[in-house]
Amino acid sequence: MTATTDDMTHGHVPVAQAAQPAAQAHGQQHPIKLYLLVWVLLFVLSACSYLVDYFDVQGYLRWFLIVVFMLLKAGLIVAVFMHMAWERLALVVAILMPPMAVLVLMAMMAWEGEYTKYLREFFFG
Amino acid sequence: MTAEHVSTEHVTSEPTLRSRALGVVADWSSDQRSFKSASWGKAMMWIFLVSDTFVFSCFLISYMTVRMSTTVEWPHPSEIFALDIGGKKIPLILIAIMTFDLITSSGTMAMAVNFAYARQRKKAAILMLVTAFFGAAFVGMQAFEWSKLIHEGVRPWGNPFGAAQFGSSFFMITGFHGFHVSVGVIFLLLIARAVWRGDYDVGRRGFFTSRKGRYEIVEIMGLYWHFVDLVWVFIFAFFYLW
Repeated sequence: MTATTDDMTHGHVPVAQAAQPAAQAHGQQHPIKLYLLVWVLLFVLSACSYLVDYFDVQGYLRWFLIVVFMLLKAGLIVAVFMHMAWERLALVVAILMPPMAVLVLMAMMAWEGEYTKYLREFFFG
Repeated sequence: MTAEHVSTEHVTSEPTLRSRALGVVADWSSDQRSFKSASWGKAMMWIFLVSDTFVFSCFLISYMTVRMSTTVEWPHPSEIFALDIGGKKIPLILIAIMTFDLITSSGTMAMAVNFAYARQRKKAAILMLVTAFFGAAFVGMQAFEWSKLIHEGVRPWGNPFGAAQFGSSFFMITGFHGFHVSVGVIFLLLIARAVWRGDYDVGRRGFFTSRKGRYEIVEIMGLYWHFVDLVWVFIFAFFYLW
């Protein structure tokens, strides 16, 4: 930690050079094999989530499995197909952090939804 | 403009999380451009996709809210979206086929990006056409699904199966997603045409922009297309499976 602070106070060059290349856009080219692998994985994960419904799994296990398969699929698409895994962290953070605010809205609306349901049951039930 | 040149250089050493985090600070404070490795076109598409994420999030969250707050039982998607195939009722089968269809189109799109950067323009154009075909097939299946449900009496204000909010959520969410797919198909066809003709090799100027395009447009198009697939992943999980 001391070495870095030293670098920073005496001049930003060493840290900046290590972490920061000259601005250059480079095309994202990766082996086709990798895409095919992800494709197969997405097929398998989709089949799994379909089977959850087909075999009529219920309760918390159903929700757990659906969310796990969903997040795995979303992760694969964003990381490999959309090349997020190879972008610089500055872009990754700028793109993936703001949507996290949605979780707050989701929590608030879940609370609100429960309350509305309670009121409806109380007054109209 | 030298910064815009496509380069295939890669950093060979694996950066640590600490050096990458310092990179975030350095990039954002560098007083020029923050997204060092992404061109403006790509960065702008990403930012558009973030805004679109919020739109779809709002739809899905309002769907959650109405579903949680209704005292009437929610219709069972598994039964409503079942199809009779060979005298057997298979639950949710149309939606499963649509999911596989869209994933396949994402796969062909990813390969099109590769061939575009490799300057194999015929292969890239054909793969984009295949992608557009699967996209169009998806919209077709959605049209079939809509007409089936409308025929069965599902309306935005009510349906014979249960909670009235089912119809409004369904038409709003799948309609907006289908619109995105349709727009994507149109742009895929336009860009496939340009790639096939070799517009980006000879520097032909675009119809709307009057500027020369680059093969990177295929990757940017791909970002949009994969996003449409990504949204479907969430719709499939929350609307059809939940």
